[in-house]
Amino acid sequence: MGVGILVENLNAWYGSTHTLQDINLHIPANHATALIGPSGCGKSTFVRCLNRMHETNPVARATGVVKMGEIDIYKDASPVEIRRRLGMVFQRPNPFPTMSIYDNVISGLKLNGFRNRQILDETVERSLKQAALWEEVKDDLKKKSGASLSGGQQQRMCIARALAVDPEVLLMDEPASALDPVSTSKIEDLIFQLKSQYTIVIVTHNMQQAARVAENTGFFLNGKMVEFDSTHKIFTNPRDKRTEDYITGRFG
Amino acid sequence: MAGRIRFHQSLDDLKEHLLVMAGMAEQAIQRSIEAYRTRDLSICELVFRTEPSINRLEREIDQMALDLLAMEQPMAIDLRFILSVIRINADLERVGDQAVNIAVRVREMGAFANIDLPVDIPKLASLSSAMVRKSLQAFIDADAELADSVLLLDDQVDKMNDAAFYALSTLIKEKPELTPQSLNALIIARNLERVGDHATNIAEDVIFWVRGSDVRHHSPTT
Repeated sequence: MGVGILVENLNAWYGSTHTLQDINLHIPANHATALIGPSGCGKSTFVRCLNRMHETNPVARATGVVKMGEIDIYKDASPVEIRRRLGMVFQRPNPFPTMSIYDNVISGLKLNGFRNRQILDETVERSLKQAALWEEVKDDLKKKSGASLSGGQQQRMCIARALAVDPEVLLMDEPASALDPVSTSKIEDLIFQLKSQYTIVIVTHNMQQAARVAENTGFFLNGKMVEFDSTHKIFTNPRDKRTEDYITGRFG
Repeated sequence: MAGRIRFHQSLDDLKEHLLVMAGMAEQAIQRSIEAYRTRDLSICELVFRTEPSINRLEREIDQMALDLLAMEQPMAIDLRFILSVIRINADLERVGDQAVNIAVRVREMGAFANIDLPVDIPKLASLSSAMVRKSLQAFIDADAELADSVLLLDDQVDKMNDAAFYALSTLIKEKPELTPQSLNALIIARNLERVGDHATNIAEDVIFWVRGSDVRHHSPTT
């Protein structure tokens, strides 16, 4: 099951640039939450703070509290442990090109030392079914490389790979922006199904996509969270003028 | 201001078209009341001849709104604006229909003697027309407070219509030979009361557009 994420006074810097300023937010468990905002507004930095990728940059630092369920991710767990609990899906599908579909999906488990063949087989089947890819690839799991799949299939394989390690939260950074409309709607259907089991955070520039898949939406601007509310409220009658100006295309 | 310049020009264009529609509907009501006042059947003909143009413009505005919804996926205040335009458009077309209904009644009344009836149709018309004008001014200026004031006028129009109903039904009982004229006047009063209702709807749509609040049926929700 997914867990909620509580963010308190999160601040982040790259060198002297203050990229996230006093972010306070509650992302509810088993819901999809969309983060929108213009390029450079801080939403990707925010996601990188959630899975402790931000600190991998030597000039980057962050302060504040991020809790996943009861766990304070900066105090109670290692980055490796956190990244196992938060699966990440990126803008462009990033399969390991020399690996088969099967090996791509279980790569995370293998890194974590799992070797039991039966468990690995079961995990591959479960994850690919969850990612709505199983029927399309079940006969070629070990024959075809992950890179031989279409873009949309590769992205669903990457989602299966993220799900294989049994995370609680799925972070998706523009997961459908490089895909055609049919593949995009498959990913969106998937998000809809997956949120019963996982907490989903999706960064997107596509506001219609946010409106379709997310219950809640946060609007970032210049490193600040301007508004966080139900997606319905944000897209029909936002409280803040800046949110309205952004989503109606009056600036940006 | 950068952003969706072409889209926002299209919204302005949609607003201009709706104002043309509003002008035509207002003029139709004014003409029908002028026809009642003067019993000039040539003015009735003018009202009948204008109606197809109002209907054509209604379809054109709906199509423009539909295209913008399909092609531009508007959000927030833009989405509310287009939704309001679609509703106001339908109300204006109905105002045009009421003008035609009044003109039909005036034509019927022409077959009978012009008598003094215990109902002030021009006064009722002036009040309901003022509601239409104010609601449209509220639309032009995006003025939700002016739209609020329109909602308060509706009770007055309703009361005048009720009074007309009582006075005319009493007249029918007392002087049955005046039934045709009384019935026509009663229907005209009812038509004008409906015009007031359409003005109320337009004002409610302006409030929805500007504030995002749905005040229909006396229940504000955001």
